[in-house]
Amino acid sequence: MTRGKALRTYSLLLLFIFLRPFGNLSLAWGTKHFPQVFSLHPSVYIRAMLDPFVALGIAMLILALLTRMALLSLADLSFILPVTAVGYVLSALFGKLFLHETVTLQQWLGTVLIFMGTALVGSTAQNTTKHEEEAE
Amino acid sequence: MKWILLSIVVTATAVADILQSHEMKKAGEQSVGARGLVRLLKMIASRRELILSIVCLAISFFAFMALVQAEPLSFAVPASAASFILETVLAKLVLKERVGMRRATGALLVLGGVLLLAR
Repeated sequence: MTRGKALRTYSLLLLFIFLRPFGNLSLAWGTKHFPQVFSLHPSVYIRAMLDPFVALGIAMLILALLTRMALLSLADLSFILPVTAVGYVLSALFGKLFLHETVTLQQWLGTVLIFMGTALVGSTAQNTTKHEEEAE
Repeated sequence: MKWILLSIVVTATAVADILQSHEMKKAGEQSVGARGLVRLLKMIASRRELILSIVCLAISFFAFMALVQAEPLSFAVPASAASFILETVLAKLVLKERVGMRRATGALLVLGGVLLLAR
Protein backbone atom coordinates (compact mmCIF):
# COMPACT_ATOMS: atom_id res chain seq x y z
CA MET A 1 0.00 0.00 0.00
CA THR A 2 1.37 3.44 -0.90
CA ARG A 3 1.86 6.03 1.79
CA GLY A 4 -0.57 8.48 0.16
CA LYS A 5 -3.32 5.89 0.06
CA ALA A 6 -2.79 4.95 3.71
CA LEU A 7 -2.91 8.64 4.64
CA ARG A 8 -6.15 9.11 2.68
CA THR A 9 -7.66 6.09 4.40
CA TYR A 10 -6.76 7.46 7.82
CA SER A 11 -8.14 10.93 7.11
CA LEU A 12 -11.43 9.43 5.86
CA LEU A 13 -11.51 7.27 8.99
CA LEU A 14 -11.08 10.33 11.19
CA LEU A 15 -13.82 12.22 9.34
CA PHE A 16 -16.20 9.29 9.68
CA ILE A 17 -15.39 8.68 13.36
CA PHE A 18 -16.45 12.27 14.17
CA LEU A 19 -19.39 12.59 11.76
CA ARG A 20 -21.34 9.59 13.02
CA PRO A 21 -21.43 10.30 16.79
CA PHE A 22 -22.27 13.98 16.17
CA GLY A 23 -25.01 12.92 13.75
CA ASN A 24 -26.34 10.41 16.28
CA LEU A 25 -26.27 12.99 19.05
CA SER A 26 -28.21 15.51 17.00
CA LEU A 27 -30.71 12.81 15.99
CA ALA A 28 -31.14 11.62 19.58
CA TRP A 29 -31.58 15.18 20.83
CA GLY A 30 -34.20 15.89 18.17
CA THR A 31 -36.17 12.66 18.62
CA LYS A 32 -36.13 12.83 22.43
CA HIS A 33 -37.58 16.34 22.33
CA PHE A 34 -40.12 15.38 19.69
CA PRO A 35 -43.64 15.31 21.17
CA GLN A 36 -45.00 12.20 19.39
CA VAL A 37 -44.03 8.56 19.92
CA PHE A 38 -42.70 6.77 16.82
CA SER A 39 -44.95 4.00 15.60
CA LEU A 40 -45.32 2.12 12.35
CA HIS A 41 -47.11 5.11 10.88
CA PRO A 42 -44.79 6.87 8.38
CA SER A 43 -46.31 10.34 8.79
CA VAL A 44 -44.78 10.72 12.25
CA TYR A 45 -41.30 10.05 10.85
CA ILE A 46 -41.78 12.57 8.07
CA ARG A 47 -42.93 15.23 10.54
CA ALA A 48 -39.98 14.41 12.80
CA MET A 49 -37.58 14.96 9.91
CA LEU A 50 -38.67 18.60 9.75
CA ASP A 51 -37.28 19.09 13.26
CA PRO A 52 -33.99 21.02 12.82
CA PHE A 53 -31.96 18.69 15.08
CA VAL A 54 -33.32 15.58 13.40
CA ALA A 55 -32.63 17.11 9.97
CA LEU A 56 -29.08 18.11 10.94
CA GLY A 57 -28.47 14.64 12.35
CA ILE A 58 -29.73 13.01 9.15
CA ALA A 59 -27.56 15.30 6.99
CA MET A 60 -24.47 14.42 9.02
CA LEU A 61 -25.30 10.71 8.92
CA ILE A 62 -25.75 10.82 5.12
CA LEU A 63 -22.31 12.45 4.77
CA ALA A 64 -20.94 9.82 7.16
CA LEU A 65 -22.47 7.09 4.98
CA LEU A 66 -20.83 8.48 1.82
CA THR A 67 -17.50 8.81 3.64
CA ARG A 68 -17.78 5.20 4.73
CA MET A 69 -18.52 4.05 1.18
CA ALA A 70 -15.39 5.85 -0.02
CA LEU A 71 -13.53 4.11 2.82
CA LEU A 72 -14.86 0.73 1.71
CA SER A 73 -13.33 1.34 -1.72
CA LEU A 74 -9.92 1.69 -0.04
CA ALA A 75 -9.90 -0.79 2.83
CA ASP A 76 -11.37 -4.11 4.07
CA LEU A 77 -14.74 -4.24 5.85
CA SER A 78 -13.14 -6.34 8.62
CA PHE A 79 -10.56 -3.55 9.05
CA ILE A 80 -13.00 -0.60 8.99
CA LEU A 81 -15.53 -2.15 11.38
CA PRO A 82 -13.36 -2.38 14.52
CA VAL A 83 -11.34 0.75 13.82
CA THR A 84 -14.43 2.95 13.49
CA ALA A 85 -15.76 1.45 16.74
CA VAL A 86 -14.00 4.31 18.54
CA GLY A 87 -17.14 6.20 17.55
CA TYR A 88 -19.10 4.09 20.08
CA VAL A 89 -16.90 5.50 22.81
CA LEU A 90 -17.64 9.04 21.62
CA SER A 91 -21.36 8.26 21.60
CA ALA A 92 -21.25 7.09 25.23
CA LEU A 93 -19.31 10.22 26.11
CA PHE A 94 -21.77 12.50 24.30
CA GLY A 95 -24.68 10.71 25.97
CA LYS A 96 -23.13 11.55 29.33
CA LEU A 97 -22.12 15.12 28.49
CA PHE A 98 -25.08 16.38 26.51
CA LEU A 99 -28.02 14.09 27.28
CA HIS A 100 -27.06 13.57 30.95
CA GLU A 101 -27.15 9.80 30.67
CA THR A 102 -25.21 7.95 33.36
CA VAL A 103 -22.03 6.11 32.29
CA THR A 104 -21.05 3.37 34.74
CA LEU A 105 -17.63 1.92 35.62
CA GLN A 106 -18.50 -1.16 33.56
CA GLN A 107 -19.14 1.05 30.55
CA TRP A 108 -15.79 2.80 30.93
CA LEU A 109 -14.18 -0.65 31.08
CA GLY A 110 -15.92 -1.46 27.80
CA THR A 111 -14.46 1.75 26.41
CA VAL A 112 -10.93 0.59 27.26
CA LEU A 113 -11.54 -2.77 25.55
CA ILE A 114 -12.76 -1.01 22.39
CA PHE A 115 -9.62 1.12 22.35
CA MET A 116 -7.38 -1.94 22.72
CA GLY A 117 -9.21 -3.88 20.01
CA THR A 118 -9.14 -0.88 17.69
CA ALA A 119 -5.40 -0.43 18.12
CA LEU A 120 -4.83 -4.12 17.41
CA VAL A 121 -6.91 -4.15 14.22
CA GLY A 122 -5.45 -0.79 13.18
CA SER A 123 -2.03 -2.40 13.11
CA THR A 124 -3.07 -4.91 10.42
CA ALA A 125 -2.98 -4.24 6.65
CA GLN A 126 -5.93 -2.15 5.46
CA ASN A 127 -6.69 -4.12 2.34
CA THR A 128 -6.18 -7.85 1.94
CA THR A 129 -8.23 -8.64 -1.13
CA LYS A 130 -6.75 -6.38 -3.77
CA HIS A 131 -3.02 -6.71 -3.20
CA GLU A 132 -0.74 -9.52 -2.23
CA GLU A 133 0.10 -7.96 1.12
CA GLU A 134 0.06 -9.97 4.33
CA ALA A 135 -2.85 -9.34 6.65
CA GLU A 136 -0.63 -9.68 9.70
CA MET B 1 -40.21 -4.24 21.28
CA LYS B 2 -36.66 -3.01 21.75
CA TRP B 3 -35.19 -6.42 20.87
CA ILE B 4 -37.30 -6.65 17.70
CA LEU B 5 -36.10 -3.19 16.65
CA LEU B 6 -32.53 -4.14 17.51
CA SER B 7 -32.60 -7.32 15.41
CA ILE B 8 -33.98 -5.36 12.45
CA VAL B 9 -31.12 -2.85 12.84
CA VAL B 10 -28.46 -5.56 13.07
CA THR B 11 -29.64 -7.74 10.16
CA ALA B 12 -30.28 -4.86 7.79
CA THR B 13 -26.89 -3.30 8.63
CA ALA B 14 -24.99 -6.53 7.99
CA VAL B 15 -26.63 -7.10 4.60
CA ALA B 16 -26.03 -3.47 3.60
CA ASP B 17 -22.36 -3.57 4.61
CA ILE B 18 -21.55 -6.78 2.78
CA LEU B 19 -23.22 -5.46 -0.40
CA GLN B 20 -21.45 -2.11 -0.09
CA SER B 21 -18.02 -3.49 0.63
CA HIS B 22 -18.28 -5.91 -2.29
CA GLU B 23 -19.38 -3.22 -4.76
CA MET B 24 -17.04 -0.47 -3.52
CA LYS B 25 -13.93 -2.65 -3.81
CA LYS B 26 -14.95 -3.38 -7.40
CA ALA B 27 -15.54 0.32 -8.07
CA GLY B 28 -11.99 1.46 -7.41
CA GLU B 29 -10.77 4.18 -5.08
CA GLN B 30 -13.26 6.91 -4.17
CA SER B 31 -12.94 10.22 -2.35
CA VAL B 32 -15.32 12.66 -0.64
CA GLY B 33 -14.04 15.95 -2.04
CA ALA B 34 -16.57 18.10 -3.96
CA ARG B 35 -15.93 16.24 -7.23
CA GLY B 36 -15.52 12.90 -5.52
CA LEU B 37 -18.94 13.17 -3.88
CA VAL B 38 -20.71 13.81 -7.18
CA ARG B 39 -18.90 10.85 -8.74
CA LEU B 40 -19.80 8.69 -5.76
CA LEU B 41 -23.50 9.66 -5.91
CA LYS B 42 -23.65 8.91 -9.64
CA MET B 43 -22.07 5.55 -9.02
CA ILE B 44 -24.56 4.67 -6.28
CA ALA B 45 -27.45 5.50 -8.62
CA SER B 46 -26.05 3.28 -11.37
CA ARG B 47 -25.41 0.10 -9.39
CA ARG B 48 -28.27 -2.14 -8.31
CA GLU B 49 -26.38 -3.67 -5.37
CA LEU B 50 -25.58 -0.22 -3.98
CA ILE B 51 -29.20 0.93 -4.27
CA LEU B 52 -30.27 -2.25 -2.49
CA SER B 53 -27.71 -1.58 0.25
CA ILE B 54 -29.10 1.94 0.71
CA VAL B 55 -32.60 0.47 1.04
CA CYS B 56 -31.32 -1.90 3.75
CA LEU B 57 -29.63 1.04 5.48
CA ALA B 58 -32.87 3.03 5.36
CA ILE B 59 -34.72 0.14 7.03
CA SER B 60 -32.01 -0.09 9.66
CA PHE B 61 -32.07 3.69 10.12
CA PHE B 62 -35.81 3.98 10.78
CA ALA B 63 -35.69 1.06 13.21
CA PHE B 64 -32.75 2.78 14.92
CA MET B 65 -34.66 6.06 15.07
CA ALA B 66 -37.53 4.36 16.90
CA LEU B 67 -35.05 2.58 19.19
CA VAL B 68 -33.14 5.71 20.12
CA GLN B 69 -36.31 7.57 21.07
CA ALA B 70 -37.33 4.95 23.61
CA GLU B 71 -33.92 3.80 24.87
CA PRO B 72 -30.83 5.73 26.04
CA LEU B 73 -28.33 6.63 23.29
CA SER B 74 -25.65 4.87 25.34
CA PHE B 75 -27.63 1.63 25.00
CA ALA B 76 -28.90 1.94 21.42
CA VAL B 77 -25.58 2.71 19.76
CA PRO B 78 -23.42 0.02 21.40
CA ALA B 79 -26.16 -2.61 21.22
CA SER B 80 -26.47 -2.15 17.47
CA ALA B 81 -22.82 -3.22 17.24
CA ALA B 82 -23.95 -6.80 17.73
CA SER B 83 -23.68 -6.88 13.94
CA PHE B 84 -19.94 -6.93 14.46
CA ILE B 85 -19.23 -10.64 14.66
CA LEU B 86 -21.82 -11.48 11.99
CA GLU B 87 -20.16 -9.00 9.64
CA THR B 88 -16.59 -10.10 10.36
CA VAL B 89 -17.53 -13.72 9.65
CA LEU B 90 -19.31 -12.69 6.44
CA ALA B 91 -16.29 -10.57 5.43
CA LYS B 92 -14.14 -13.68 5.65
CA LEU B 93 -16.60 -16.09 4.00
CA VAL B 94 -18.30 -13.92 1.38
CA LEU B 95 -15.75 -11.17 0.71
CA LYS B 96 -12.69 -13.44 1.16
CA GLU B 97 -10.92 -10.92 3.33
CA ARG B 98 -7.98 -12.28 5.28
CA VAL B 99 -9.05 -12.12 8.91
CA GLY B 100 -5.84 -13.15 10.70
CA MET B 101 -5.27 -13.74 14.41
CA ARG B 102 -4.57 -10.10 15.20
CA ARG B 103 -7.63 -8.79 13.39
CA ALA B 104 -9.91 -11.48 14.85
CA THR B 105 -8.62 -10.84 18.38
CA GLY B 106 -9.08 -7.09 17.94
CA ALA B 107 -12.65 -7.60 16.69
CA LEU B 108 -13.43 -9.80 19.71
CA LEU B 109 -11.98 -7.22 22.11
CA VAL B 110 -14.11 -4.53 20.49
CA LEU B 111 -17.20 -6.72 20.73
CA GLY B 112 -16.48 -7.38 24.41
CA GLY B 113 -16.14 -3.66 24.98
CA VAL B 114 -19.34 -2.90 23.11
CA LEU B 115 -21.24 -5.50 25.17
CA LEU B 116 -19.94 -3.96 28.40
CA LEU B 117 -21.03 -0.54 27.13
CA ALA B 118 -24.49 -1.91 26.37
CA ARG B 119 -24.97 -3.00 30.02
